[in-house]
Amino acid sequence: MTVPKGDVFLAGVGGQGTLLASEVLCDAFLLSGFDVKKSEVHGMAQRGGSVTTHLRFGPKVFSPLIEPGKADLLIAFEKMEALRFAHYLRTGGAMVVNAQEILPPSVATGQERYPRDVAERLRAVTDRLHMVDALAAALSMREVRTVNIVLVGAASHFLPLPEAAYEEALSARLQEKFVAVNVQAFRAGRALLQPLTVKRH
Amino acid sequence: MSVLVKKEGIRLLSGNEAIARGAFEAGVKVASAYPGTPSTEILENFVRYEGVYAEWAPNEKVAVEVAIGASMGGVRALAAMKHVGVNVAADPIFTASYTGVRGGLVIVTADDPELHSSQNEQDNRHYAVAAKIPMLEPSDSFEAKEFTRLAFELSEKYDTPVFLRTTTRISHAKGVVRLGEPSGPAFPPGFTPDPAKWVMLPVNAKRRHVVVEERTKALREFAETWDGNRIEWGDRSLGIVTSGVSYQYVKEAFPDASVLKIGLAWPLPERLFREFAAGVSRVVVVEELDPHLETHVKALGIPAQGKELIPIVGELDPRIVRQAITGEAIPVRAPEPVPPRPPNLCPGCPHRGLFFALKKLKVTVTGDIGCSTLAALPPLGAMDSCICMGASIGNAHGMEKALGKDGAGKVVAVIGDSTFLHSGVTGLMNVVYNRGGSTTILLDNDITAMTGAQQNPATGKTLHGEPTRRTDLPALCRALGVEHVYTVDPHDMKRTEEVLRREVARPEPSVIITKAPCALLPDHRRKIRPVYEVIADLCTGCKACSRLGCPAIEWVPFTPEEAVDAGKKATQKGMARISPLLCDGCNQCPPLCKFQAILEIKS
Ligand SMILES: Cc1ncc(C[n+]2csc(CCOP(=O)(O)OP(=O)(O)O)c2C)c(N)n1
Ligand code: SF4
Ligand code: SF4
Repeated sequence: MTVPKGDVFLAGVGGQGTLLASEVLCDAFLLSGFDVKKSEVHGMAQRGGSVTTHLRFGPKVFSPLIEPGKADLLIAFEKMEALRFAHYLRTGGAMVVNAQEILPPSVATGQERYPRDVAERLRAVTDRLHMVDALAAALSMREVRTVNIVLVGAASHFLPLPEAAYEEALSARLQEKFVAVNVQAFRAGRALLQPLTVKRH
Repeated sequence: MSVLVKKEGIRLLSGNEAIARGAFEAGVKVASAYPGTPSTEILENFVRYEGVYAEWAPNEKVAVEVAIGASMGGVRALAAMKHVGVNVAADPIFTASYTGVRGGLVIVTADDPELHSSQNEQDNRHYAVAAKIPMLEPSDSFEAKEFTRLAFELSEKYDTPVFLRTTTRISHAKGVVRLGEPSGPAFPPGFTPDPAKWVMLPVNAKRRHVVVEERTKALREFAETWDGNRIEWGDRSLGIVTSGVSYQYVKEAFPDASVLKIGLAWPLPERLFREFAAGVSRVVVVEELDPHLETHVKALGIPAQGKELIPIVGELDPRIVRQAITGEAIPVRAPEPVPPRPPNLCPGCPHRGLFFALKKLKVTVTGDIGCSTLAALPPLGAMDSCICMGASIGNAHGMEKALGKDGAGKVVAVIGDSTFLHSGVTGLMNVVYNRGGSTTILLDNDITAMTGAQQNPATGKTLHGEPTRRTDLPALCRALGVEHVYTVDPHDMKRTEEVLRREVARPEPSVIITKAPCALLPDHRRKIRPVYEVIADLCTGCKACSRLGCPAIEWVPFTPEEAVDAGKKATQKGMARISPLLCDGCNQCPPLCKFQAILEIKS
């Protein structure tokens, strides 16, 4: 049997917890016997700027970076960030996009408008677009900080890993008191997309 | 980590984590560093290893000097820094090359191609050549750990400091690492006096220079035979010479090509280059930034292609490498045009209040490196220069001297607490000594924030978070001879502006310390803080608060119909709103509203 391989691109805004989400994904892949590499940039960008993570898995991974046009899955923590990095997605790739809007400085100060046609433009990139309201799901658990793990849950439909791998990764990575709410967030995220409605190619 | 993973000794580590682990396995005893992206996490990781003494030094020069001292004392020692940190530490490094070591001495330089978080894109492989110090260059986390261990052994074997060079995509990329058992040097700690080796008087240094040249010859032999420099024969029509992360891009883009992978960036293996070139019909050198390998390959008379194909600016990726070598353009979708999202000062950042007040004075602001550099971006746009750490104070003084009388009261230097202690103190000393009159603003947010919250000598805590004596900043400024030293709360912008106007006008040197914690500090976050809201009925859309640039203040645009529906004049273009999720309760914006529309949410 050949071990599947794939490229997962995560995009978000500094402070949204993309780092933890990508750590959990990496651990889950490693636990399931994959080679994994991931690359992200710390420092300056984390002050509210665009942040990205390149995560690659397979039997043997060389490059820590994904090439534009090659990502199989794009997980966007913010709507407009999905658009900013949409060119990383391969033809026919899937997108899981958090519907949340975070205004960049030029929009927040009224110089520019937040694009209103994000969903349409994303649909022009792929018909496998899945918009989810991860913020609402997190707020319903009274823990906004779990937005990231809700998204991991939703994205898990597109990854070749058993649910147990994520839950084990969460309990290994987090302080004990945060494990339960994050496992709950993962499951809530997974429930946001029904397996049958998930478009496969 | 899971039981399953633990059993096999396999871990997923970043390059920085792997370096710390490798140093621990090599029995490192002393580690010193000054933070700097992408190197910072190396020292932070030592906290988890027992038996390693790790500290934040005030700057990179001190860090290297500490490591040299530890090596003299007979233990293995490490200093880590970002690429530009080596500029600061270059002085001791160049002479440590002559003295050599006792305990293994490793200097990590973390370069930043693409300037993800830096002020330049220098290629520190040049330092290895210039200082005649061997340099190992890992290509992933696995090698980062193995090469770190090896670096200590080489250091002792060849009596030399050893550079370990990473780039951002090594330091901040995670990959699989196999853990090993800790070991250490084969001798006990202790200092043996040996003036001919340690006292670099000209007479001794002259002899040591001869030793250095002999050592380089011996290391070149090592380079010829070490398996970290290796040929991976494949298709002979294309031979690629590469090192570091570029190796991974080459393997991805040209899985079948013949590859000469260089793990020791200095000194380089001449025979191996010749053997490789003889075995392939075309040689291409793939490396990020400067043509380091290429220059040395070409110096051997080997016909090769390099920078005429591979970009010299920025980082590479497999696509860039493939396209550069095959010449074929691989079509990809163009990036969608969307509003930019640059980094911004956090909601509640104390720096924002200072720069807002400063902007009103219409003075020239020589800036420095740190979170405050973000104040150069709109809407604040309140900084006129930023060169390197500590430069602000010398820059202000120089400009003042250049402008003469016209410059009086027109130039202000702004510098963070950590940066001031790193290399601003001597600049201020110079202002006083040479009868300057510029004003220095010292942003004391109680942390080294830009690099992710590290302690420094003014915070009163060590790397491990343990309490220690703290450098008293006002007392230090007074000791340098500054008579006028004032401390203000930058969230109180009215008072801050008053003091600024007074001190900028003063024809003598003065220092204003803005004292308020970084909004991300855990102690601050635990405090119960107010949350503000814009009372929609009162907001006239004047944008007075928007100009502050706080990410919590959002502009809600209106069409004329929407304006009327909202009970506003049809001409009102929009209104402000405060995101309750983001507001930090700093109270900077409420006084800016003439209509008293910004009020604390009561609940
Ligand atoms: C020589 C050198 N070393 C390290 C860095 C990385 N660096 C940039 S800003 C900074 C610290 C800034 O801290 P501080 O002056 O306290 O300002 P803050 O970010 O807290 O506002 C560091 C370490 C650098 N740019 N140059
Ligand atoms: S990290 Fe601290 S100092 Fe830096 S922008 Fe945020 S609040 Fe300001
Ligand atoms: S009080 Fe005003 S300036 Fe301060 S964080 Fe809240 S919205 Fe921003």
